Amino acid sequence: MSEPRLAKPQPLRSSRGMDACAFTWMGTPLVALASGALWWPAARLLAVADLHLGRAERLARRDGGLLPPYDTAATLDRLADAIAERDPAAVVALGDSFDDDACEPALADSDRARLTALIAGRSWTWIAGNHDPGPLSLPGEHRSQLALGALTFRHAPEPAAAPGEVAGHLHPKLRRTLGGHAISRPCFVLDARRLVLPAFGVYTGGLAIDHPALARMFDPATARAILTGRPCRALPLAPSTRAWQRD
Amino acid sequence: MPRDTPPGALPEPFAGWFARRGWTPHPHQLALLDTSAASTLLIAPTGGGKTLAGFLPSLAALARDPAPGLHTIYVSPLKALAADIRRNLATPIAEMSLPIRVEDRTGDTPSHARRRQRADPPHLLLTTPESLALMLFYADAPRIFSNISSVIVDEIHAIYESKRGDQLALALARLQTLSPGLVRTGLSATVDDPAAIATFLGPGTRVLEADPGPEPDIAILETEEPPPWAGQGGRYAARAVLDLVAAHTTTLIFINTRAQAELFFQALWAVNDAALPIGLHHGSLSREARQRVEAAMAEGALRAVVATGSLDLGIDWGAVDLVIQIGAPKNVKRLVQRIGRANHRYNAPSKAILVPSNRFELIECRAALDAVRARDLDGEPRVAAPLDVLCQHILLTACGGPFDADALYTEVTTAGPYATLPRPDFDACLDFAATGGYALRAYDRWQRLVLRDGRWQLRDPRRARLIRMNAGTIVEVETLKVRLRGGQSVLGEIEEEFAATLTPGDSFLIGGEAVRYERLREATLEVSRAATKDAKIAVFYGTKLATSTKLSHRVAGILADPSRWSDLPDHIRDWLDLQDRMSGLPRPDRLLAETFPRGPRHHLCLYGFAGRNAHQTLGLLVTRRMEAAGLAPLGFVSNDYALLIWGLEPVHDPAVLLAPERLREGLDLWLAENAVMKRTFRTAAVVAGLIEKTFPGLRKTGRQATFSSDILYDTLRRHDPGHLMLRITREEASRGLVDFGRIEEMFARVAGRIDTVHAPHVTPLAAPLLLEVGRVPIRGSGEARLIETEAAALLAEAGLAP
Repeated sequence: MSEPRLAKPQPLRSSRGMDACAFTWMGTPLVALASGALWWPAARLLAVADLHLGRAERLARRDGGLLPPYDTAATLDRLADAIAERDPAAVVALGDSFDDDACEPALADSDRARLTALIAGRSWTWIAGNHDPGPLSLPGEHRSQLALGALTFRHAPEPAAAPGEVAGHLHPKLRRTLGGHAISRPCFVLDARRLVLPAFGVYTGGLAIDHPALARMFDPATARAILTGRPCRALPLAPSTRAWQRD
Repeated sequence: MPRDTPPGALPEPFAGWFARRGWTPHPHQLALLDTSAASTLLIAPTGGGKTLAGFLPSLAALARDPAPGLHTIYVSPLKALAADIRRNLATPIAEMSLPIRVEDRTGDTPSHARRRQRADPPHLLLTTPESLALMLFYADAPRIFSNISSVIVDEIHAIYESKRGDQLALALARLQTLSPGLVRTGLSATVDDPAAIATFLGPGTRVLEADPGPEPDIAILETEEPPPWAGQGGRYAARAVLDLVAAHTTTLIFINTRAQAELFFQALWAVNDAALPIGLHHGSLSREARQRVEAAMAEGALRAVVATGSLDLGIDWGAVDLVIQIGAPKNVKRLVQRIGRANHRYNAPSKAILVPSNRFELIECRAALDAVRARDLDGEPRVAAPLDVLCQHILLTACGGPFDADALYTEVTTAGPYATLPRPDFDACLDFAATGGYALRAYDRWQRLVLRDGRWQLRDPRRARLIRMNAGTIVEVETLKVRLRGGQSVLGEIEEEFAATLTPGDSFLIGGEAVRYERLREATLEVSRAATKDAKIAVFYGTKLATSTKLSHRVAGILADPSRWSDLPDHIRDWLDLQDRMSGLPRPDRLLAETFPRGPRHHLCLYGFAGRNAHQTLGLLVTRRMEAAGLAPLGFVSNDYALLIWGLEPVHDPAVLLAPERLREGLDLWLAENAVMKRTFRTAAVVAGLIEKTFPGLRKTGRQATFSSDILYDTLRRHDPGHLMLRITREEASRGLVDFGRIEEMFARVAGRIDTVHAPHVTPLAAPLLLEVGRVPIRGSGEARLIETEAAALLAEAGLAP
């Protein structure tokens, strides 16, 4: 079998004006959404990573920090928007959906009701993460990983994984200076074998894509980052040398 | 108190000691011996023995009755100053064989020494506002601090200027509760508003103003070769400065940043043919290296020291007879302080020479010299009763043990800045400390403070350690380490704001060498040695020194009035003529608007002469209009005389952007979403204890990902717009963003008379703005286009030309 090749990601603007970036990977047409979710049109499948629901509550419980307790509601707003945008038949939450095993039982009634309504009528898969290994009382299937077509969805990328791994866990973020103007945004990272999604939760930080924990997972020659936000575009992992020649 | 000496005379053994040294006590030293006033502010020039004046009453009392226990607390803004005072007190104590123990307690004090100090306190304890606040809230504080006679606040103006002052005022209120008989003494040589500092120190403070002494002898260095057009280091003047060093006994050479100090030190040695002993002193050097230089200086072994702000305050070198300031002084008060380092003898004029490092700075040096002669000191307005500091104080109080809310409120209102604090504000801070203060009461089970038997206390006493670790009001700027690629040793640190302006391949100077930026890896900037000596960017923001408002007004005044140019050297008039030929000179009743390209960016410079705050607001307004007009602004920076905006498209007609009737539309939203507000929020959130000092800086080691305080700001704005932290942010930001009235005033003055000049490159007057700190990025269509360009370059490199 020949080494898989990485097709060039192309900008895409959907009819709703949402920003997105379409690419074909493992022979599968996929769309990276500006929100940080991954859309698989043929399967009508939406994947989101690292929601970390209940994070502020966990921090208050664990070490007494009292951050604004609106993160779960804000993350569910985001998730509801992404679902309304694409109306997926299937949703895969790529693990660390809850900040720890006590967060799901502690969900506020209003948040639980919203989440249940989002799940209703769809195939919903909760992949186990390192933060939330235990079972959930919410509807949906609870699995350690999920193989569909050429893709395998799991929480943490495995160094020796077969091509087609779609994962979360690493919270990739791109910091780049574009001709003296600095940007820093969560991003997707992919090469021919592996695709890592940005963290979708509101109270999540990012790991710079050149951090060894992230960089060692990818082939530096072919890896690309796709920025979240607007515009949602693919950039090389290292800064380009052509774009910013001083005139 | 029985007196054994007539009033107005020194008691023994001090009278004899003064006589043996050939000293006569100054009137203000005698006046302070009368401790009947509960609070005194002493303003005396450097060399006037004001520190000894502050300590004399305590030394006299302890000489009579050296009972064990803490008698006097001395508070200094600098750790180094506390250590210096300890050394200076050792002489009189040893020579008079006084049975008095003196120790310092700062962040540098080892923990075993701190424990011993708590078990067996010295008579005189020398400390900083931060350390005092921590000590006051240990469980055994009431025992240690219950019988203090005196507290001395040295260089009180330096503490008063910032939130450290509010923190100290609250600590003094606490101290007064523990020791009701406490006498307060504030000391300063440079006070712009004695009444305000007196109120700050305490109710009924008497002000003693000593004879200010003779006028200082200050001049601006004239060199055969004029200063360069641009540049910051003053190296052109190394030879002339060395000649001055050779002609004096001991010279202190002040320079504004550590990097410049290193470069100038090298430049001096390069021409130092006679090998005069010259040392270097700045805050990045190791403590051992600094102490070696201090010791050599004290022995008179050095002819000169090149120093930064690390030697600004109080530290006493007897033999200094000349002070040289390299570069614009930025702030009149700091200049006066530095000049005061020369000639520590009362009634002898201090001699100082200012060395502008470029032609623009010559005007600033002239303005500063005028201000010193007019004794016109600068003070920046402070926020009244900052609530973030109060939140921290409440949390620290809880670390000391259970407290009663009513009693704490009463105590807080005895602190000068909080005298008129409304009870609802106090209650809001207490609620924030206890529950987070959210409209959504989510944390009832996890409250930080709980009410038990009518007293507030920590729910989990282990939390005290974290609260103490985060105490303090100084929120450090973000810095990145600079390291040679493939090497381990760190060359130094640069500010994140500067790092953000670099593109791989750019060269800059650090530690005296030119390096090329290769890449950013985690929080480290990797560089290689640059082949060339010519760094593209010869300066980095090694300092947050911004020119004070007062000094900028004076500069603006000189620029706007050609009749005052006659005292400027020919080369400055040439320079202003060049500005006039290339562009124009700003006139009081007109608005000069310049555009010029620089690198891949188009710049717009507006000379509003309306002050930094008004220009910052104007920057937000104009970039909003530019965004709407598709001009893709990327950022702006302001100082007191102008505003500089850069973006992707040239501005052909600035007058359209400045039409006052439409500037206000949508302003509130644009203001609230801006980087200025987010920066302000971060500082307030750290001080108040919402987030920890190490939290928002993404300074993570390993994999622990934290998230930006911007996310919290956005979340609060959306879900809890009435929250206390947002209110504090708005109040703080209102210092930096003036209301629209000032802008309208400026437009009324200009009345549409806008002079637009399209210059081919940066103009002489705009050049200093390129180096100004406090750049505000705009995250709009310009940024989107930069990303599109980078993405297109990716396709091009992959052989898929767009």
